[in-house]
Amino acid sequence: MHIMEGFLPPAHALGWAAVSVPFLAWGLRSMGSSLQAHPERRMLLGVAAAFAFLLSALKLPSVTGSCSHPTGVGLGALLFGPAAMVPVGFVVLLFQALLLAHGGLTTLGANVFSMAIVGPFVSYGVFRGAAALGLSRSVAVFLAACLGDLATYVTTSAQLALAFPDAVGGVETSFFKFAGIFALTQVPIAISEGLLTVLVVNAMARFNAHELRALPVMAQQTREGA
Amino acid sequence: MKKSSWLLWAAIVLLSVLPLCLISAPPGAEGLFGGSDDRARQAIGSIAPHYQPWFAPVFEPASGEIASLLFALEAAVGAGVIGYWLGLSVARERAHKGAHEVKPSAQDQRAD
Repeated sequence: MHIMEGFLPPAHALGWAAVSVPFLAWGLRSMGSSLQAHPERRMLLGVAAAFAFLLSALKLPSVTGSCSHPTGVGLGALLFGPAAMVPVGFVVLLFQALLLAHGGLTTLGANVFSMAIVGPFVSYGVFRGAAALGLSRSVAVFLAACLGDLATYVTTSAQLALAFPDAVGGVETSFFKFAGIFALTQVPIAISEGLLTVLVVNAMARFNAHELRALPVMAQQTREGA
Repeated sequence: MKKSSWLLWAAIVLLSVLPLCLISAPPGAEGLFGGSDDRARQAIGSIAPHYQPWFAPVFEPASGEIASLLFALEAAVGAGVIGYWLGLSVARERAHKGAHEVKPSAQDQRAD
């Protein structure tokens, strides 16, 4: 999903960076205060960050005949709120941009926006919505992680469409072209990410039931939904 | 592991393996299962043929092997932390259960 180094015109690169920086600052502050008030959460936050590291390194084959990777940021957004995952996503993207030539420094702002901001916030919103509808925990977690992942790739498509509008059809035609590459490829991968996130949350519900109940986002959804 | 967990794992494996079996290369096309990033690069090339990337990666892995090494390291770090947490959790659960089981037997011995 990472927009490649140098592939956004300077004005777009700067614009997305300017949008992402306040979120990053907010995320760092919210993470810091959460850990200071509840040091016992360090373990689960570590697991959530590790999940994002692991999943974003796995390039999976998809039905479109190309490969893409899940993002893994939905899990942390459900546990600690979406802001906490902005710094985590930032670190993952920085690592891949610096060492793997995957993504880039000039496109970091745009990639942070899609993977570390839109993804976690959509996951969080979907989870709250699903919980309000009374869906079981597993279904809510699945929908949240799956749709958050998909939203990241739809955002990437929109960012590229804005930077490269089609000569004839404009931004819209361009968007469908990029969405056909990114969002379509992502569908089965997003489903896999949703299922994996359910497995991890189930394990946390078994081993860390006490901590899970104390997390603000999960607290309202403690109803066991196997 | 519960039966539902096995089913979830099976679904994840199927979702990843089935595309490999079902999709075959269309005649004349090169490179199945490349990165979707590369397809996006081609799409940009067709929409804006004159666009030149204005910045190059500061460091590029010397080869595909080195790149996969770094990706494997990233995954290993993540999997290592998750494995540590799972191991610790299972051990903690067992210790709890063990403590509950040992107590009555210790009392039995004292009664003897």
